[in-house]
Amino acid sequence: MSHHASDSYYVPHGTRWPIIGSLGLITMMSSAAFWVNNSEVAPWTFLAGVLILIVMLFGWFGEVIRESESGLYNAQVDQSFRMGMMWFIFSEVMFFAVFFGALFYARMFAVPWLGGEGTGALTNDLLWQGYSATWPTAGPAELGGEFQTIPAFGVPFINTLILLSSGLTVTLAHHALKMDNRPRLIFWLLATVFLGFFFVYLQISEYKEAYQHLGLTLGSGIYGSTFFMLTGFHGMHVTLGAIMLTVIAVRSMRGHFKPENHFGFEAVAWYWHFVDVVWLGLFIFVYVY
Amino acid sequence: MKKQNTFIVAAAVTAAVIAAFWLLLAAPSYTGNAINMTQGVTTQSAINYQLHMTVLWVCVVIGVIVFSAMFSSIVLHRKSRDHEAAQFSHSTGAEIIWTIIPILILVVIAIPATKALVNMEVAPETEMTVKITGFQWRWKYQYVEDDIQFISSLDAVSNAARRLASGTNPRSVDNYLLEVDHPLVLPANTKIKFLITADDVIHSWWVPALGWKRDAIPGFINEAWTEILEPGTYRGQCAELCGKDHGFMPIVLKVLPKAEYRQWVQQQKTHMVTQQADIERLWSREELMKLGENVYASQCAACHQSDGMGLAPAFPALAGSSVANGPVSEHIDIVLNGRDGTAMHALGNMLSAADIAATLTYTRNAFGNTSGDVVQPRTIYRIKNG
Amino acid sequence: MSNENTHKHAHAHDHHDDKPTGFLNRWLFTTNHKDIGTLYLILALVMFFVGGAMAMIIRAELFMPGLQLVEPDFFNQMTTMHALIMVFGAVMPAWVGFANWMIPMMIGAPDMALPRLNNWSFWILPFAFTMLASTLFMDSGGPAAGWTLYPPLSLQGGQSFAFVVFSIHMMGISSIMGAINVIATILNMRAPGMGLLRMPLFVWTWLITAFLLIAVMPVLAGAVTMLLTDHFFATSFFNAAGGGDPVMFQHIFWFFGHPEVYILILPAFGVVSEIIPTFARKPLFGYSAMVYATASIAFLSFIVWAHHMFTVGMPLTGELFFMYATMLIAIPTGVKVFNWVSTMWKGSMTFETPMLFAIGFVVLFTIGGLSGLMLAIASVDLQYHDTYFVVAHFHYVLVPGSVFALMAGTYYWLPKWTGHMYSEKWGKIHFWLSAISVNILFFPQHYLGLAGMPRRIPDYSTQFADFNMISSIGGFIFGASQLIFLGVIIHCVYKSRVKAPGRVWEGAKGLEWTLSSPPPYHSFNTPPVIDSTTVAHAEGTH
Repeated sequence: MSHHASDSYYVPHGTRWPIIGSLGLITMMSSAAFWVNNSEVAPWTFLAGVLILIVMLFGWFGEVIRESESGLYNAQVDQSFRMGMMWFIFSEVMFFAVFFGALFYARMFAVPWLGGEGTGALTNDLLWQGYSATWPTAGPAELGGEFQTIPAFGVPFINTLILLSSGLTVTLAHHALKMDNRPRLIFWLLATVFLGFFFVYLQISEYKEAYQHLGLTLGSGIYGSTFFMLTGFHGMHVTLGAIMLTVIAVRSMRGHFKPENHFGFEAVAWYWHFVDVVWLGLFIFVYVY
Repeated sequence: MKKQNTFIVAAAVTAAVIAAFWLLLAAPSYTGNAINMTQGVTTQSAINYQLHMTVLWVCVVIGVIVFSAMFSSIVLHRKSRDHEAAQFSHSTGAEIIWTIIPILILVVIAIPATKALVNMEVAPETEMTVKITGFQWRWKYQYVEDDIQFISSLDAVSNAARRLASGTNPRSVDNYLLEVDHPLVLPANTKIKFLITADDVIHSWWVPALGWKRDAIPGFINEAWTEILEPGTYRGQCAELCGKDHGFMPIVLKVLPKAEYRQWVQQQKTHMVTQQADIERLWSREELMKLGENVYASQCAACHQSDGMGLAPAFPALAGSSVANGPVSEHIDIVLNGRDGTAMHALGNMLSAADIAATLTYTRNAFGNTSGDVVQPRTIYRIKNG
Repeated sequence: MSNENTHKHAHAHDHHDDKPTGFLNRWLFTTNHKDIGTLYLILALVMFFVGGAMAMIIRAELFMPGLQLVEPDFFNQMTTMHALIMVFGAVMPAWVGFANWMIPMMIGAPDMALPRLNNWSFWILPFAFTMLASTLFMDSGGPAAGWTLYPPLSLQGGQSFAFVVFSIHMMGISSIMGAINVIATILNMRAPGMGLLRMPLFVWTWLITAFLLIAVMPVLAGAVTMLLTDHFFATSFFNAAGGGDPVMFQHIFWFFGHPEVYILILPAFGVVSEIIPTFARKPLFGYSAMVYATASIAFLSFIVWAHHMFTVGMPLTGELFFMYATMLIAIPTGVKVFNWVSTMWKGSMTFETPMLFAIGFVVLFTIGGLSGLMLAIASVDLQYHDTYFVVAHFHYVLVPGSVFALMAGTYYWLPKWTGHMYSEKWGKIHFWLSAISVNILFFPQHYLGLAGMPRRIPDYSTQFADFNMISSIGGFIFGASQLIFLGVIIHCVYKSRVKAPGRVWEGAKGLEWTLSSPPPYHSFNTPPVIDSTTVAHAEGTH
């Protein structure tokens, strides 16, 4: 073990987890493709793929955590992990940017043109006569039928408060970790986890309300499309983040992390803040305006 | 060894240069094929041609300068000539010059480019309007003021010759793939506005002689304008990939002097009156079968095949199908309105009532189908027009 | 299992240079940047021939007017798959392979920053491409709407459409992870003294490429996700009846697509900037200008996307903006070409195969760049758009551009990778055949486009017959010539007896040449000493 001195590089040994991950991923992805083509077995094979991926993640991260806890890593490895997480989050930002972009394009260009504004005068006259641009809209053909929207200052506002406070609680947890106050760390982490899942619960009940009472569905024209894709992908990320927070909470209970060295915790906290910021954008541009 | 290498290089370079020159200069006159953009018959096409040539020559000059510098360096500054390598790696002066000069060149190009674009996009007062709708795989033209409309598809001779291994030599077909059954007839020296849209997927309406192409986008109207300066026949093609027969939906313009164009319009109007009378009369089964066979061949056979066997899985067979042998009202509905989520699109706005009635009659009594139904044009007309 | 692994690993650490034994350990479970690089390069080579075979089918059908070989729908599948496979399967993985092999060696690192992630980045790809290729055997056939997947046409694709979308998602995941790895490696693993402005240009161009990848691959993922939901879940992103717009897809796609073409070409700039100084025996001219030019090109790539869509009917101001922005790209690109020529100027040049390909690159890429300037003029583009002129343009920048640079790089570093010299004679034959045939293949396509032949058509009017035949003949020669490339590689790896020295080329500079050929399994176990004699280009040494 002479190679861990800080002047030397750390190169990990070979690993089986990536190839297992690839098998899980292809099982999941090809099943998803069969699933949308109405295969009856596909949901089960999809589940199998997800399970393989979960096993892979636990195995892979487990190995990394054990190596980290046994002091194999140096500052350089830590820095590589940080960069990795940072740029991963950036790629996620770009992914959400696409759907925000679609929302802005629809609201600033497509819908006004269909309604006859700007270069769309003849489009409206000849193809969509009688349609006037409004938002929300299901388009000139009112695809999906009439619908009502979810008012911003009801549950969505509560959800905003929940996510904002969860950002606060995770920061409090971070402070507790730095102070080496383990009970407080665990308390605030669990509070964050609770807020996260509560958010997801409220979101699901909103979806139910939308589908069952408001007539607002994924098929409700461009409003339904952007609304559900944006909030849906965000909801998936919150769920993922909450699961990650749960893992971190369990690790904290097992005594992982040191006040001066706790990248795993920070990575999850960054991710959580990212999810938080995306929600603020959603709240403003999807619900309020 | 070194000498031999030099020889090989010299021989290869000479061969390459000769090949390039042959391609550049000799080949076109040898093959008789056009190699440059058309100057066209509108002011827009002339401007675009000019601009194209200007930028082309700018590029050629830049290319010649850069390549001469490079090739003289390759000839002179080689180790085999014992050329000592200089060790400079920087020259602020040179770098400033070759940043500034390109900027100036770009500014010089940008001025006419901007003017050309503005001329293209800002339409003057126009005298007439034609609405163009792209379908898979034909064009529909509507003369807005004169209330004339028709569908224009690939003509029958090309259509037969273009089948896989058809046995027909394309060279024996006049204007192979560039001929239609009904050309778009337009007056010369008239400012014409086009309203371009599509019914199914994106197409692009392009006649090079007019100097532009414009995408036909379903659900939106795109505008363009032209003023054709010379009567004549001009040909073009759909320019945006629109499915399997994208290569087979040509455009033909027949541009007439103004007076002749007015005559043509009158003819069309009389024709429409007789057509209306035609719709109202009772048609015989034989008449409908005969017309139906023709319409089927030009409009349906691409997908459902001339023997009615279809092309599994996307294009179902009509022979023995439950639709062609089932209730006639359902069959009419599918033909008029199409079927969602399949390649079967609505034909109600594309074909005349007589064509549709004839096709229905034909498909219900051909390919071994024996429903015995005769569908009258007026039935279809009533359904279409409420 | 993991405990066992940890032990193994602790053990392995004391024998750094031992390659893992057994096929699975060496290739499937590997965390070694060289082995993963090799895997990437093999995948790319296989895909290059698969995509090439499709190109041969296309050129064979276009050899004469009339349909002789395939149905139009299959023809469309071929053009679509040819593009998807060449872009995502051949050129991109090939560059990642080069990055894996060369970046750690060039910056004085033992390996990539995240070696396990590196393994996963690669091993996703074979599965993704198997899934993509499998669509050709499905009832509905493969994707046939062009690689740009424009709706509503792409939405007419049958069951296979979902497989295409998910395979693109997998490629995206792989590319993003690969790019993260490259960034972390370059920013975090440089040997002490290897300042940012001392890095070889190949490293610089890849750093910028990696930023582009992370920024735009998620955009492509989002775009195809919207196609998926429009197709299968009744959303209306690209459907005017529901308030969407088919053109919106084109905006999103090309926001990805334009940076994507620079992802394919920027590393090529890097490789050529390594090779020309070596064989001119002269330092690279204007090193920092090259770095800034690359960065400017990357920045501009984000604000020019709509020049791919001048015909869709954008407002005039939009067209003007995108025209001006596109013209600006000519300036940094020009700087690069001028700098390469100035590097050759007053050098002491020799013309081994890598140099020949690099010179071929400079000449032919420049032709592609100049036709790009012509295409930038929006008004004239209303004539050029969607014709063979465009096909000629982008093949000039991609084939004698990216692909020639890949070949130049392969010949340049192959002796380093294998420890043996390749056959210079066959390398030169390969170059001359390729360089001549690629022009016979693509130059006449300029004429076809100008004369009015639209792209993506399986059959054409007889007036286009002669140049299509010439082009096809060029295509067949070019295709056959690549078998020589394969032969040279196989010979070099398995048969060549000529040992390569550490510094393979007399004029070569840079850290990779300080290592033996082939280099040790882990390139640098301890950070090398960096001084102006070991770095490829040192700012401030002139």
